[in-house]
Amino acid sequence: MSSTKERVGCVVLPGDVLTCGSELPEGKRDKLICGPGLRRDVDDVVVCKSGILRHKEPNLYWVDSQQTRYVPAKGEGVIGIVTAKSGDVFKVDIGGSELATLSYLAFEGATKRNRPNVQVGDLVYSQLIIANKDMEPELVCIDSCGRANGMGVFGAGGLLFKVSLGLVRKLLLPQSEVIQDLDSMFPFEMVVGMNGRIWVKSRSTQQTLIVANLLESCEHMTTAQRRDVLRRLSQNCL
Amino acid sequence: MKETPLSNCERLFLLQAIAEKKRVDGRQTFDYRNIKITFGTDYGCCIVELGKTKVLAQVSCELVAPKSNRPTEGVLFFNLELSPMASPSFEPGRHSELLVKLNRLLERCFRNSKCIDTESLCVVSGEKVWQIRVDLHLLNHDGNIMDAASIAAITALCHFRRPDVSVIGEEVTVYSVDERDPVPLCIHHMPICVSFSFFQQGTFLLVDPNEREEKVMDGLLVIAMNKHREICTIQSSGGIMLLKEQVLRCSQIAGVKVTEITELIQKALENDKKIRKEGGKFGFAESLPNQRITAFKIEGAPVNTSEVEETVEEITHNTVPPTEIVPSPILWASGTAQIGEGVLNTWEVEEPHESEEADDKSMEEEEEVSTTPRHERKETVILSDSEEEEVIILNPDKTEKKFQKQASNLHEDTASGSRKKKKKKPSQLVK
Repeated sequence: MSSTKERVGCVVLPGDVLTCGSELPEGKRDKLICGPGLRRDVDDVVVCKSGILRHKEPNLYWVDSQQTRYVPAKGEGVIGIVTAKSGDVFKVDIGGSELATLSYLAFEGATKRNRPNVQVGDLVYSQLIIANKDMEPELVCIDSCGRANGMGVFGAGGLLFKVSLGLVRKLLLPQSEVIQDLDSMFPFEMVVGMNGRIWVKSRSTQQTLIVANLLESCEHMTTAQRRDVLRRLSQNCL
Repeated sequence: MKETPLSNCERLFLLQAIAEKKRVDGRQTFDYRNIKITFGTDYGCCIVELGKTKVLAQVSCELVAPKSNRPTEGVLFFNLELSPMASPSFEPGRHSELLVKLNRLLERCFRNSKCIDTESLCVVSGEKVWQIRVDLHLLNHDGNIMDAASIAAITALCHFRRPDVSVIGEEVTVYSVDERDPVPLCIHHMPICVSFSFFQQGTFLLVDPNEREEKVMDGLLVIAMNKHREICTIQSSGGIMLLKEQVLRCSQIAGVKVTEITELIQKALENDKKIRKEGGKFGFAESLPNQRITAFKIEGAPVNTSEVEETVEEITHNTVPPTEIVPSPILWASGTAQIGEGVLNTWEVEEPHESEEADDKSMEEEEEVSTTPRHERKETVILSDSEEEEVIILNPDKTEKKFQKQASNLHEDTASGSRKKKKKKPSQLVK
């Protein structure tokens, strides 16, 4: 286990073996929970994505990888584009390999008579409740209590754009520095989906474009660089 | 895989932004995205990046029989491929409408404009001519494939060198690179495509549309031109009506853009030539951007351990191994043993020698953590001496695992080695 702990924060590559607990007898081995990017192989844990190894107490490990292709995972909130209405369900593009289905009953207050007003091309923020390797993913716009809880159709007059999944995770950190820095410039609305899609809306087209471009470009910047860019921008444009 | 659909909000926003004379990536109406040209290690190989659109061009040559109706002309062949690597919506091996359109436009642009002297490619009239093949691969798709492909094709053709050939009587000799320097192709002019996209029935015009702008545009006009302002090809698609003035205006803009791009290509070619001559580093690997996903990583604070190591070494050097006799341990019960007398920690009291003081010091310096759990846990025996962390295990069945952990804590470099080592030197007991 010590070998795994030592590598937290380091870059790992697919095929790296993280722990060799096999020399310890059964029952004495430490348990660990494999997050995304880790896979169990008999007695070892093998890395299957390249990225940075992360750890959360007590024993949760995962790999923070850099990719743009979204692989649906259960419970994640995503931004989808409604592509078709077919019978009882909407077909929603969430950036995965397959279109996801969204039942028209899975909206707050929707009944068989009272259908939600969803048009083709609309954006929906929804949660994945079924995401399996070989099955069509399924979305809902309500939580377990039947409340919308922030989900549903949105996006009148904003801009949707796509960034890498790594950046989205950085933005969704509880105390994300990027968001805090941006927040100090001017007010704007933002929806961030785990599938790498971000929707922003601000007072004017100009401001929306500024936010969108800043978010796109800040991925590979260090904190100092980002602050510098923001400072220059707020001097020039506002 | 299906193409990602464009949402209503994106469409509306883009059109609104265009109406406000703004573009999503912050460009002006007639601005090109950044063009970057990089050359591979071989001649005739280059990657052209137009913003995020990326096209790889590779020129190759082959001796073939000429066409019977043109016995003295070499053959030019262009092939553009759209692989799923560029965009998931491109399917492998399928000739989509877009691909056919782009390939035909490329051929018209290069072959029909006679930019390459095909007669100079003739080796033996009617028997052997050079076939020049230009393979273009789209590596990433972010709109305006045509312009990127045409820049890549002409740059690669300019960069290409074919083997030298000599004909003496009936005998044809092809010289390898070592024998004679390969010769460049004879290029008359450099046609470059410039794309214009039209929005709202031709009200708004943009140069070099990116992928999203291409999705909302109404019509497209491609003008291929060389720097002498000669139009090589012109094609309008999308079915919008253009006025004469609009086309003329576009051709004027194209003239300016083509001059700029031609200069850029020539500069890139010269640069590459210079680097090759000087024997510097060239190739794709040299020009890759260094983007790090670890930019946000918090660096661990560095701890200077060099001094500690020195002192430890000094101490261990001066240390004489303790020579007194350790009384044989008394085993009270399984897991509890006693050596010597008393139940108190006799660490300092029993050992007033210089050697043991040093021992103590080194222990403190290395890690305090290792000493604390000892008292708390009331371990039976854990023994350590100054030279290396040696572990004695008196009751191996129960406590082996714990000792292993402790040993690894004590000293990193000896941790792996000292796991199952037997005790070599007499050590101190702690209870």
